[in-house]
Amino acid sequence: MSSNAPRHTALDALHRSLGATMTDFAGWDMPLRYGSERDEHVAVRTKAGLFDLSHMGEITVTGPGAAALLNHALVGNIATVGTGRARYTMICQEDGGILDDLIVYRLAEHEYMVVANASNAQVVLDALTERAAGFDAEVRDDRDAYALIAVQGPESPGILKAVTDADLDGLKYYAGLPGTVAGVPALIARTGYTGEDGFELFVAPADAEKVWQALTDAGTPAGLVPCGLSCRDTLRLEAGMPLYGHELTTSLTPFDAGLGRVVKFEKDGDFVGRAALEAAASRAEQNPPRVLVGLIAEGRRVPRAGYPVVAGGQVIGEVTSGAPSPTLGKPIAMAYVDAAHAAPGTAGVGVDIRGSHEPYEVVALPFYKRQK
Amino acid sequence: MSNPQQLRYSKEHEWLSDAEDGVRTVGITEFAANALGDVVYAQLPAVGDTVTAGEACGELESTKSVSDLYSPVNGEVVAANQDVVDDPALVNSDPFEGGWLFKVRVADEPEDLMSADEYTAFTAG
Repeated sequence: MSSNAPRHTALDALHRSLGATMTDFAGWDMPLRYGSERDEHVAVRTKAGLFDLSHMGEITVTGPGAAALLNHALVGNIATVGTGRARYTMICQEDGGILDDLIVYRLAEHEYMVVANASNAQVVLDALTERAAGFDAEVRDDRDAYALIAVQGPESPGILKAVTDADLDGLKYYAGLPGTVAGVPALIARTGYTGEDGFELFVAPADAEKVWQALTDAGTPAGLVPCGLSCRDTLRLEAGMPLYGHELTTSLTPFDAGLGRVVKFEKDGDFVGRAALEAAASRAEQNPPRVLVGLIAEGRRVPRAGYPVVAGGQVIGEVTSGAPSPTLGKPIAMAYVDAAHAAPGTAGVGVDIRGSHEPYEVVALPFYKRQK
Repeated sequence: MSNPQQLRYSKEHEWLSDAEDGVRTVGITEFAANALGDVVYAQLPAVGDTVTAGEACGELESTKSVSDLYSPVNGEVVAANQDVVDDPALVNSDPFEGGWLFKVRVADEPEDLMSADEYTAFTAG
């Protein structure tokens, strides 16, 4: 694949007609924002937002051995996911390093859809294909088979109900069902990356404009606006959700990232990374690694990924993501810090912002949790 | 977007007003403000600071990035816009008027400042 020609989603012309500012993201030309990213963020928190997420990488795994393959290839217990349900999980290297974080949807008894981050889709596809050897299962690259449209925010159930007959009230968080949206087939999932209630709709690329338009028409009176990747990042940051390449990398195991709960040692059979992850788990228990914490600024300067976290003149950690938080009205960050400084309220912690040490409050994640 | 005819422009996307008693007002253009996104923090030069054309004299921080603020001319800062410090979004909503950044008593200015038409062509390319 050529690295200098960005790929365009099925909604590209529509984004341009809406005046979107576009950005290169993992080889895709994606909407960064349409107007003010702060207004888009606030719309998702209070009303609804519409996202094109077609850059995400869909991989379908089918066959009688599909569950066994995924249990071997991923760290979660995928065999226990019920049909119509979804699970957040990870794929690791043999040494326990995180290759990607994933959502796996069980579409049928012998059919799963794995959704990878755009930046890792090829790596995940290659790893699954390689790990499928000896299993009665087929791994299929379905990246071009789907456009992905998300409608997120408290008004999203009402908006989606206006364009589908699917039983949304019966659709729980982290569940997905096939249905019809705006007259076209869609996989309707109650998932998202914003900290709000919402839906992700996997549709054929040829149908994407129709679905986008129907949701726009149904949602605009309720306050729905198109939203770009900029506000998606601040929404997930406020919700304390990790982003691959920032909080998650191949040099960290799930235990180092505070996400050891996704690793299911009790499942049947061996899985890639088991031995290294067992060692990482006991290491984390005996000698706590750096801890992922939240930081809230007392001032107005914004911490960015890579900035050192300091205390008493010593570097005690590193910022992985930072942004001004529209909800808190202050800059916030996620950072890995030494365990000794990780307790909420720890005094004397700062961030080195281009040479000046700005005071920060250590808090537990997430920064924002919606009222249910 | 249209760039006011009475202003001159730098390649770093600052605008410079006509002189009033040797003092010119500096801001960033609408093109620059749009490229930055929502400005959330402005660090402006202080009154009395000496600024040098093409050198950083402050910073503008937006949701996604932080950018150095450059002076388009050499001189001494005689005012900084406290309204922008208090409400940085003014840079986005009113870049050529209420969102001005600082005023400078000009000692010397570079030759390569652009007219509005030249700057419009510069940003179109």
